[in-house]
Order: sequence, then C-alpha cells, then structure tokens
Amino acid sequence: MANGIFFEAKNLTMRFGGLVAVNNFSLKLNGGELMGLIGPNGAGKTTVFNMITGTLVPTSGKVIWLDEDITGLPPHEITARGIARTFQNVRLFVDMTVQENVMVSFHHKIKASFWQAMFGLRKYTKEEERIREESMTLLRQVGLAHLAGEKAGALAYGQQRRLEIARALATSPKLLLLDEPAAGMNPQETMELADFVREIRDTFDLTIFLIEHDMKFVMGLCERIKVLDYGNTIAEGTPDEVQNNPEVIKAYLGEPKNAAG
Amino acid sequence: MTTKIFLQQLTNGISLGSLYGLVAIGYTMVYGILRLINFAHGDLLMVASYTAIYGIAMFTLPWYISFPLAIIVTGFVGIMLDKAAYKPLRDAPRISLLISAIGASFLLENLALVVIGGVPKAFPRPEIFAKVVSIHGVRIQVLTIYTPIITILLLFGLLFIVYRTKAGKAMRAASMDFETTRLMGIDLDRIIAFTFLLGSTMAGAGGIMWALKYPQVNPFMGVIPGLKAFIAAVLGGIGNIVGAVIGGFLLGLAEILLVAFMPEAAQYRDAFAFVILILVLLFRPTGIMGEPIVDKT
Amino acid sequence: MTKERRNLLLNIASIISVYIILWFFQKYGTEYQIRILNNMAVFITLAVSYNLVNGICGQLHLGPNAFITIGAYTAALLTMSPAEKQMSFIIKPLIWPFSVIQAPFPVSLIAAGIAATIFAFLISFPVFRVRGDYLAIVTLGFGEVIRVLCNALQSVTNGPLGLKGLKPYTTIWWSWSIAIFTVIVIQKLINSSWGRAMKAIRENEIAAQAMGINPFKHLMMAFLISAFFSGVAGGLLAHLITTISPTLFTFFLTFNLLIIIVVGGLGSTTGAVIGAMLFAWGGEALRVVESPMDIGPVHIPGIPGMRMVLFSVILMLVIIFARRGITGRNEFSWDWLFSKLSGK
Repeated sequence: MANGIFFEAKNLTMRFGGLVAVNNFSLKLNGGELMGLIGPNGAGKTTVFNMITGTLVPTSGKVIWLDEDITGLPPHEITARGIARTFQNVRLFVDMTVQENVMVSFHHKIKASFWQAMFGLRKYTKEEERIREESMTLLRQVGLAHLAGEKAGALAYGQQRRLEIARALATSPKLLLLDEPAAGMNPQETMELADFVREIRDTFDLTIFLIEHDMKFVMGLCERIKVLDYGNTIAEGTPDEVQNNPEVIKAYLGEPKNAAG
Repeated sequence: MTTKIFLQQLTNGISLGSLYGLVAIGYTMVYGILRLINFAHGDLLMVASYTAIYGIAMFTLPWYISFPLAIIVTGFVGIMLDKAAYKPLRDAPRISLLISAIGASFLLENLALVVIGGVPKAFPRPEIFAKVVSIHGVRIQVLTIYTPIITILLLFGLLFIVYRTKAGKAMRAASMDFETTRLMGIDLDRIIAFTFLLGSTMAGAGGIMWALKYPQVNPFMGVIPGLKAFIAAVLGGIGNIVGAVIGGFLLGLAEILLVAFMPEAAQYRDAFAFVILILVLLFRPTGIMGEPIVDKT
Repeated sequence: MTKERRNLLLNIASIISVYIILWFFQKYGTEYQIRILNNMAVFITLAVSYNLVNGICGQLHLGPNAFITIGAYTAALLTMSPAEKQMSFIIKPLIWPFSVIQAPFPVSLIAAGIAATIFAFLISFPVFRVRGDYLAIVTLGFGEVIRVLCNALQSVTNGPLGLKGLKPYTTIWWSWSIAIFTVIVIQKLINSSWGRAMKAIRENEIAAQAMGINPFKHLMMAFLISAFFSGVAGGLLAHLITTISPTLFTFFLTFNLLIIIVVGGLGSTTGAVIGAMLFAWGGEALRVVESPMDIGPVHIPGIPGMRMVLFSVILMLVIIFARRGITGRNEFSWDWLFSKLSGK
C-alpha cells in the first residue's frame, strides 16, 4: 500500500428528501492515524459513519478503501474488507453471552461450510474450537474475560461499551469507527477509555476514526480533528488549530456544555 | 363485453372496494399508532353481522335501530380487544403482540362457532337495500350505490374527528412519537382505546354492509375480507386513512375487473390480492400515499 | 471419562431407550396410542424446524403450511401407482410426468423435502425483503396462494377432491427416526457459528450486519432448512392420514405450530419438542370436549370449535402472562441435569 490510497471519502453528500444531512464531506486517512469528528447535535456525524459503513448509500460522492471503490456496498461486505464500527446507542446481542457476542464477529471469516457444521464434522469443530479460544484471548485483552459467560444485557453500561469495541475488533478490522464511545461515561471512565483506545490502536495496528461530543476527550486523544456543522465541514486540523478556529467557536457558542467539556 | 356489463362490473368493483376501504381504515389507524397488524380486525365484521341479526331476530328491533346498535357494539368489542389482548403487551417485543393478535382472532372465530354454530345464518335484508334500479338500462342494486356513498360520508366524518378535534390531534401525535406524547401529559391508553373505537366502528359499518351484500353470515366470514382490507391498507400506504380508502377502491376494482375480463381466473381471485401485496412491498413498500420511512441508526 | 464422551454416550443411550419404548408400544400399545405417537413425531419435526425460523432467527413466518402442503402432495403423487392415479383423477387427468412415475416411500419423502425447499428458495426473495408484521403477512399470503393453487390446479392436485387411498407407510419407526434426525441436525446447526449468526440477526440485525453477517443469506438458509424438514414431515403426514385435500393445510395448521413453539418456549428446540408432545397428546385428549357426551340422563351434544377456543385462550395466556413459555430460550443438556442433581 506504498503509494495507494488507504482511506478516502470524496465529496460525500446525503440528502433525505429536501434535507441535506451531510454536504460534500471529504476526508483522507493515513494508516495508524487517530482522527476525530466533532460537531453539535444533528451536525450529521453519524450520517457520515453510516455512509462509510454502507448503512446508508450516499446521494453522491465516493468512498475509497485500499484503492477500491466501496461506495454502496452492503455493510457486511464493508466489514469483511476491514472496516468495523460501534454504535452511538449500544447495540449488543443482549440475550447472548459476552463470549458469543464476540464469537459472532468471527463468523464471516469461517472456512468450513454449514453442512460440516450440521453434521458436526471435524473440519468445522476444529474451527469452532479456534474461534472459542481466540474470542477468549480478545476478551482477556479488553479485560472482560471474567464475564465471558454472562448475558451481554446484564453487564454494566461501561462494560457494554467495552464489549461493543471488543466485538468490532473481533472482525479483524484495519479501520475502526467509534460512534461516541464516551457517551454516558463519568470523567474517570472517560480517561480510562482514552487510554484504552490508544492501547488497542497499538496492539491491533489500527487506524481509528471517532465521533465524540466530549471535547476534552477528543482534544486529548486525537491527532487530527474535523468539525461538522449543519452537514458542512467548517474546520480541520490539529486539536490546537481547531480549538482556536473562530468558526468552530461560533458553532459551539450555542452549546456551552460541550465547549466546557 | 358490452358497455352495459362493463358499467355493471365497474359499480360492483367500486362497491366492493369501498367495503375493503372501510375495513382498511381500522387496520391503518391501529397500525399507525401501535405498529401492529390487528389480526382480529377482520373478525369484527362477523361480530357486527351477528349482533345485527340477533338485534332483529331476538329483540325484534327494526333494522334502523339494530344496525347502528350493532356498529356501536362492535366499536366496544374493539376496545375490549385492545384491553384484553394488546394492552398487557405494550412494552413486549413486537412478535409477542402479533402472536396475541393471531390468538385473539382465532378466539373470536371459534367462540362464535361454539356459541352460535357453524351453520351459516341468513342476514335479513331490509326492502330498501334490496331494490334494483335501472339506469339507462344498467341494472344496479341500490345497495351497490349506497355502499360507496356511505363509505365516503363515514370517511369525511372520521377525517373531521382526526384533524379537527382534540382527541384526533392527540391520536396523530401518538402515531408520530409515543414517548413525546406521553411526556406531553396525554393519556396514551385512552387515545389507543379511542383509536380502536373509531377503527372498529368503521369495521362494524363495513360488516353490516358486507352482510347485506353477501347475506350468509358464518363465524369465519371476516377472515378473507380482513386480509384483503389489510392489503388495501398497505396498497394505500399504511398509516394513511385516505390512502386506506383509495387502496380499498383500487383492490376492489382490480379484483372485479380481473374476474370480468378473465372469467377463468375467478378461482385464483383470493390469491390475486396477495400477489398485489407482494408487488407493492417489492416496488413501493410505502404504498400510494405513504411517506418514506427514514431509518434511524 | 471426559464430559464430551459422557454426554455422547448418554445421548446414544437416550436414543436407544426411545426405540425401546417405541418397540414396547408397537407390541402392546393400542391403535390410539400408536396414532398419538405418530402425531408426536410429526409435530416434533414440524415444530423444531418451524422454531428455527421463528425462534432462532426471530422472524414471524406464518407459511409453514405451504411447505407441508407441497411435501404432502409431492410424496403422495410419487407413492401412488400410475393406475391408482388414473382412477383418482376423474375431473382432469394428471399431467406427465406424475402420471407415469412411481417411487418408493423413502425416495418420495426426500423428493417432498426438496420440492418444499425449491418453493422456499423462490419465495425467499420477496419474503426477506421485508421484516416484522409485513413478513408475517407475506408468508401467510404464500400459504393462501398454495391453498388456492391446490384447489385450482386440478391436473396436479385433483382439486378439492384431494388424493385418497394412500398407503399407510408412515410407521412409528419412520416418523420417530425422522424426528430424531431433525432434532439432532437442527440442534447442531443452532449451536454452530451459523446458529449464532442467526441469533445475532434476531437480537439486532443492524449490529449483526455490521459484524460481517449477511442477513439475507442466513435467513434464507434457515428458511430453506426449515422448509426441507417441513416438506418431509408433510410427506409423513400424507401417508399417516392416507387422504389429503386442500382443507387439511390451511392457516389453521400454522396456528397449531405457533401454539406449540410459543407454549414450549420460542427459541428453544427443547421447548419445541415438549410443546409438540403436549400438543399431540392434549389435542387428542381434548377431543372429548367436542364429542357428544351422556352424563346420566343428560345428553350434551358435541361442541365443534371448543378445542380451538381452549387453544387460543392458552396461547394468549402464555404470551401475555408467561411469555417465555415452558423452557424460555434454555435448552436441555446433560451438564445442566447433572448440576441440578448434584444440587449445585
């Protein structure tokens, strides 16, 4: 991937009827980067994620991933190509165990056929064993191994968020999209989360693109930040540059809570 | 086919379609507010018809008292249906609600079978509905003319309630957003009961007219019209009252004309509506008048 | 002895004991008991495969009667001899090639499964374009379409007259062997990675898709497997009651299956099996309420529909007050039994 494009979003636009949710969104990511996307409520941040991951097909524009045009591919194919995500409102498989939640993410990489599974053949059972082990390893890495047998719905909120990240990691992504990972967390938890995000980036050799409301969290964590307002990109740069950008200050004036962090 | 026969079939289609429309209103209103296919809704046709029969036969009421009374009774049966089968499941998964609806439908049908018996009962037909008039040589039963007129009148009455009264506004609010409506201090359960009352009343009126048209009343008479009315509601755009009536008209017309033009297709008539349903869901899932649904992630 | 080994031996032992019980009934049981045993096995096959779509994938599919119909007619048309078929089809002659071929019972059962699977494949494209209530009504619609076709396509189905005089090939050996096979295979699938994927779709389809699972592919897989076994069960049913006609396979049949899996515990194979056995036994036992009775000098005439009233009430009571049914989503396992026995 020496000269190729790692990730690029080109002029993504999303219209719902007459409403323009995102207008001309462009973004280039380099491998290993930690990029943030901020903006007031309703600025279109999640819509950007949905366009990248295939949940929404952009009205116009392109998404390039590892030199391939992936615009309009269904979400599961985009995941298979190495882009994983979490959700703003946690979407776990609540009635399945913590370990099963993670094991689901291994499914798309499985090599045996379902015939072999239905008749319990060796080729499949070996693979199942491997998935079981690897999922435990992953749970250990994120510190949830002791809860492996619990129902996901029974976990504390912070643990659920962590499990969502673990589940996304289990799909073996190269790019990880985190949608407001710190939502609903107290300052202590938020700090731990920032460390955790840095840690997984290094261990799993990831590029991370995240949406966040909590300014302090983003400023402390991300290397580059993009600011959206009413669907338009109003600023991009290092945390320092963004913080002092008059446009950004103006956009956030109406929301002192966020400006304060 | 001569113009005469064609006109006759056309009026038949409009009349049948307006019945589908009346029943479809109930489906669409309940779906709009609870996102539930009220499977038992079609059976309200049966409830109305039997009530009317008993009003006339047992209590020797004149038809002009027995019919409206039957319609009112059906409205209250609708409310009871909600109280018994759906209200306890407001916070349950949707699949449970639907299973309860199917159970309620079978219960109504078989309860009627047990109490009244499976032998079809003849529906009394007052003279004024049975008359046949001849317009330019086209012979039409007056009922065929009354049905669409009554449907349109009921539709306007209903639209007045939904758009001009306080209860109607609360109903529309509830169909947009449950939580917000609750926060606004509106008693949701009462609004839902009111919705069932209105929808079931329309089904009651539809049931009486259905029985006048096909005067053989049996416990399962509501099943097929119910399914078709639901399809009419989807065709018109589920959640939309005017759409339901338009969908009903279209489905009725299409069915009658299909049989008129291709008599050999008559035996496929009951399958035809489902084919329409599948086509609508494939190519225009929001129906004719429906708004596109924006999926929130 | 490892746990896996122990469980395997116990499984084999239980299957053998089932056959011993069957042998016992075959030798000493009444015709009535044999009929109930056959019904149990057929309903187990039907309920376990129905549960795969409704309970595991969480899609309210209301058209298993279509699969059963197709299976029943396919199998019946294959086991009848050309001469018998010529005698039965009096209104319109049976079309070629059905008019000339005849196959042994096992072959006809497999053909029944395959025919139902092909039909399921064709309808899965429109069916899984929609979800929830719409999926319910579309599948119900296909059930109705099949019923209408059964009446209308007289040169294939003999119309409303149906097919009569089928050989009673369905013995308890056939019906129970197929039921056991179905339970084992479907249970293996549910416990595999594919089963997990299906449950993930049930729990949260958007998240499942974001984790790399293709919902359409997996729903279709469950649907086809379910159709196959329902088709086979349809073939069994045809050769159990020996007379089939379109009135046998209405939405009513689907409703019965729905009661079975809801009362048993939606999403649990164990529940489906328990539900099916209760239903087969209870359904027969409750015939009492519909038959005329003489209590002393008082004659109570039979009340048709009473059973269905009871069933509907049971369904609604379970769904409203005990939504999890008998087993919830839990499955029976030896590990569970031993931990119970040892009081842990």
